[in-house]
Amino acid sequence: MRRALALAAAGGALVAGAALAVGQGAAGQGGEESIVLKAAPGYDITAARCAICHSLDYIPANAPAMNRAGWDKTIQKMRKAYGAPITDEEAQQILEYLAGSYSGKS
Amino acid sequence: MTTRREWLLAAAGGWLAGLTGRGGLARAAASGTDVDPLATLPGKRPLIRHAFRPPNYETPLADLVPAFTRNDAFFVRYHLAVIPVVDPRTWRLQVGGPGARQPLVLSLPELKRGYPRVSLAAVNQCSGNRRGLFTPRVPGVQWGNGAMGNAEWRGVRLRDVLAKAGVGADAVEVAFNGADAPVLPATPDFLKSIPIERALDENTLIAFEMNGAPLPHWNGAPARLVVPGWTGTYWVKHLTEIRIETQPFQGFWMKSAYRIPTGVFPGARFLTQETPENTPITEMLVNSLITSHVPGARLARGAPAALAGKAWDGGSGIAAVEISTDGRRTWREATLGRDLGRFAWREFRLPVDTSSAGTREFAVRARGGNGAQQPDALIPNPGGYHDNIVQTLTLEVL
Repeated sequence: MRRALALAAAGGALVAGAALAVGQGAAGQGGEESIVLKAAPGYDITAARCAICHSLDYIPANAPAMNRAGWDKTIQKMRKAYGAPITDEEAQQILEYLAGSYSGKS
Repeated sequence: MTTRREWLLAAAGGWLAGLTGRGGLARAAASGTDVDPLATLPGKRPLIRHAFRPPNYETPLADLVPAFTRNDAFFVRYHLAVIPVVDPRTWRLQVGGPGARQPLVLSLPELKRGYPRVSLAAVNQCSGNRRGLFTPRVPGVQWGNGAMGNAEWRGVRLRDVLAKAGVGADAVEVAFNGADAPVLPATPDFLKSIPIERALDENTLIAFEMNGAPLPHWNGAPARLVVPGWTGTYWVKHLTEIRIETQPFQGFWMKSAYRIPTGVFPGARFLTQETPENTPITEMLVNSLITSHVPGARLARGAPAALAGKAWDGGSGIAAVEISTDGRRTWREATLGRDLGRFAWREFRLPVDTSSAGTREFAVRARGGNGAQQPDALIPNPGGYHDNIVQTLTLEVL
């Protein structure tokens, strides 16, 4: 099944491949469009990069356990351990956004 | 492998294209999230949602009341968001690795018919269950009490399948892969290993049924590993590959995740994975949960009432559950329910005195057959694991 999927994806356009990935890989995981995050500088790059691998509800859910140092550690973990495609400059913008809007740890 | 990699890359590119096209998957707003946390995954009753993707859903307290947790209420936990719906007709399980003398490939009918079938009741509890209750708070999925459930698992013994593949004398661990996969090729796939002794234990199963029905998709269809007594991280879902290893397995999810400080917690040791600093989490610690009431619940004066819940441990079985109503000075033994097996949870019950109005504070502690008892204080650890402290709960008699 996976082989057939791969062939279909390779044969189609990039967007078609994406639809297939969402339809198959993320079957039943829909609904995350309803997530609302705070508007602040850095939101766009944060949403774009973090949502490659996971829905954005992870951000407010973790806020009570987070401060600037915690977010910095998490961003570096996402880059180094999980291979998130985030440049140094983007990482800085994401850190400013998360530390500014989602630091709930006292 | 190459085609799969290409597909994953295409998928990742697609995600990015989709994101920029639609201005991101989330809307920016002035306030926090307004997502309703009680939500339904296909095939599931409403569960407490912690994350859409990868899906992480917790079982509500009310669904932890029955002796066996309904399949459609059982918690859902994934690390990686590519979760294919596996076709049981084309599914194959590869059994091999450097320690296997005769590698084999099994279809589902071959797995079901080729080996004696066994059933076993066991608690499946996420390592991070109750992480959200930690003080100070710890990052990770902020689970409450419901990243757990009890089910009757039916399948075949892992050791019977391993025996068919021929376990070499130099085998040290057995490693497992499932069909779920990362979005990005650079992300480590979710692979886990267990010690060879645990793999050859008669209670370690490859299960294809749960509570008399095929495994639900979100709980690992068509077959998953069941490691009774050990935390859920080892219960690999959607099994596709089993490898008999002759060296300690080096994967990220063993070496860098699901680890606890060495020598701090009780429980089985996983020596081939241990370092002086930290070691893999293994067995569940003795624990209990009040399921009859939520904190602050009100009872009618003079009406019969009972405090009830579940107690479990890593497989030594529950010896006693004690309840204190005087600030932990004196303890009374609760009545234990039917013994469903040493890996299952055990129900406990104790009548509540409702003869006079007022506040009642309860503390509950379980003791395992191995003598271990729930502690009063939390042991801090970076992963937020092993919260098994004595639970307290206040009820109001009006």
